Amino acid sequence: MSADLIIQQLVNGVTLGGMYALIALGYTLVYGILLMINFAHSEMFMGGAYVGLGMLTWLSSDSFPASSFFKGSTFGLILLFLIVFAVAGITIGVLGVIIERVAYRPLRHAPRLAPLISAIGVSIFLQNAVLLWIDSKAIPYPSLFPVRQVISIGGASLNSLQLLIVVASLVLLLILDTFVSKTRIGKAMRATSQDREAAGLMGIDINYIIALAFFIGPALGAVAGIFHGMYYGTVIFSMGFIPGIKSFTAAVLGGIGNLRGAMLGGFVLGIVESLGAGFLSTGYKDVIAFGILILVLIFRPGGLLGESVVEKV
Amino acid sequence: MGGSKMDIKTSVESAKMSPTKLAVYAGIGVLVFLAPILFQGFGQLFLVRILAIVGLYVMLALGLNIVVGYAGLLDLGYIAFYGIGAYAGILGGQPLSQWLAATFPDQPWAPGLSYFIMIPIAAVAAAITGIMLGTPVLRLRGDYLAIVTLGFGEIVRIALNNNIFGLTNGAAGLPKAGEVVPKPFGLDWLTKVTYFRIPNLGDNGFTFTFTANVYWYYIIVLLCVFTIFVVRRLDDSRLGRSWTAMREDEVAAASMGVNITGAKLYAFSLGALWGGIAGTTFANFQGFVSPESFTFMESVFVVCVIVLGGMGSIPGAIVGALVIQGVPELIRGMASSGLLTALTGITVSAEAQSAISNYRYLVFGLLMVIMMAWRPQGILPSKRRARELRPEDEKALDETNQTLYDAQHDTAIPGEDL
Repeated sequence: MSADLIIQQLVNGVTLGGMYALIALGYTLVYGILLMINFAHSEMFMGGAYVGLGMLTWLSSDSFPASSFFKGSTFGLILLFLIVFAVAGITIGVLGVIIERVAYRPLRHAPRLAPLISAIGVSIFLQNAVLLWIDSKAIPYPSLFPVRQVISIGGASLNSLQLLIVVASLVLLLILDTFVSKTRIGKAMRATSQDREAAGLMGIDINYIIALAFFIGPALGAVAGIFHGMYYGTVIFSMGFIPGIKSFTAAVLGGIGNLRGAMLGGFVLGIVESLGAGFLSTGYKDVIAFGILILVLIFRPGGLLGESVVEKV
Repeated sequence: MGGSKMDIKTSVESAKMSPTKLAVYAGIGVLVFLAPILFQGFGQLFLVRILAIVGLYVMLALGLNIVVGYAGLLDLGYIAFYGIGAYAGILGGQPLSQWLAATFPDQPWAPGLSYFIMIPIAAVAAAITGIMLGTPVLRLRGDYLAIVTLGFGEIVRIALNNNIFGLTNGAAGLPKAGEVVPKPFGLDWLTKVTYFRIPNLGDNGFTFTFTANVYWYYIIVLLCVFTIFVVRRLDDSRLGRSWTAMREDEVAAASMGVNITGAKLYAFSLGALWGGIAGTTFANFQGFVSPESFTFMESVFVVCVIVLGGMGSIPGAIVGALVIQGVPELIRGMASSGLLTALTGITVSAEAQSAISNYRYLVFGLLMVIMMAWRPQGILPSKRRARELRPEDEKALDETNQTLYDAQHDTAIPGEDL
């Protein structure tokens, strides 16, 4: 592989990593507090892409009064995307809270496999709801974002969309990190993830904290979904599965339950996968992520930043 | 005192087969035997096929039940073993049938034996893969294990799809163009011998021919019966008890002397073994395999079957397979063949027919959520599981045990005839 190609794959990897990191945060937030894998999280990502698609199409269609303003100027375009991201984030965040209330809360004291099976059920339900009620085929994503080459080094280049994805992911990650480490509610979240019962005894509203985790995670996942749609140009009902598993891998790689770990894991996985796909055949691209997942779980289940997990009896 | 003595007697006798139970089993047996003859005779061939597929799912569910129901290890990549069995069945069956044909040139039935020779080979291949998966994941438990097995299942599917070692022919599947899976042993002979016709029975007469579907139906039923026999024995064995102990509390089981490593590896390899047998049967029955039969969704289906039926329960696995694999296919098939209208007078439009098959996944997803919330023990739970999952029954159980305890102590009083 030539140097240009390596640099190009690095750029692609970091872009991909930003998306993985955003999704991985959802897995890690929920796992940190409830010790469950929210299998339906990949459908939050997919749902976000669809809500974004609907909003983009609606706001930019000629029948919408302000569409010419949105499409006419740079400021309008920025406003358009801010609205789309906010609406998708809030919608999917609320969906996440509803799912927690309906499918997971009744099972909080059930055997450990019960919530996982319930989550798989939710995931299948949502995928098929989109398949049946929206479309079973891939839908092209409206290309409203002006994709231009920003920097080029030799044969490798970074375009404006990649720059947006990387910068926006980093900003969101920074905001979340500050929120969790600096604010009162963030402190309550950390307390809850350390010991749920003790936190409850200290006057923290556990259900509120769990609902909050189920709002923030899916909201970030939805943002990643829109990025994914814009980056690859299409969305399909089954798009969540593979990125979902990979982001879970990223969360495990960084140390599940650890927010900064999930961010690091996302970028590491994105880069490794892109470089790996360059060296190996692209047919085996997905095998790399699964292979990393299995190896990490076997040899370093605590992840890169995680503490070693002590068996509780 | 006499009353409490009778309590023991009843509890011992209930373990044996009561005449009612025997009659029910005999009835089911007769139904299972006659079903394909009737369906085939009245021209409803698709029903035979559906039942055969349900049978394959029963085998898969019973195999996965060993891993999930007995040993408590959630395996989300179980279909990989089914796939390995299927590919092994075709890859090994081809040269084997050619060799048989060359060795016994005058015997046209000889190549058909390849399937039966491949059963143990595919079973061993799947079991070895099971151990290969089981060894590295010994330390993992719960949902981590579930995710790793999911990854394993996907790796196997991707490898098959990418024509690994140049053997699997990629997405096009096997057998390659120009090659065919040989007709199974004895099918031609059975077709010739068992043909009969009753012209005045039913609207179009009753014509029975022993088709390939009927043949595979009976093979699959025999395999299911064998599986049920083995699985029942396993559950009551020393190994089965150590699985239960491990499922309940691994640390406690280990400190009581249960060999956790051995128990887990046995669970993985024995579970995989049935997946392999079902796989090679599926490949021969279908006459064709491709990677798309072994997706993650198929693994979820098998998990669904046992969750719905009741984890660790054999009748549960059968009912689960009928509900999940049988009912939607049955409604669709009956509707498209006009049988539903003939029997019940209900007409199902073509749109509704496709809706039934489309909505099934949606309904299954919903069903999994609802089952976990309201009836986590399944439709027909195993006795032991039912107790575990419904703690409010523990009081009743304690009372029963107390009665038994009292009764036993009564019988131990000197002077009683024991």
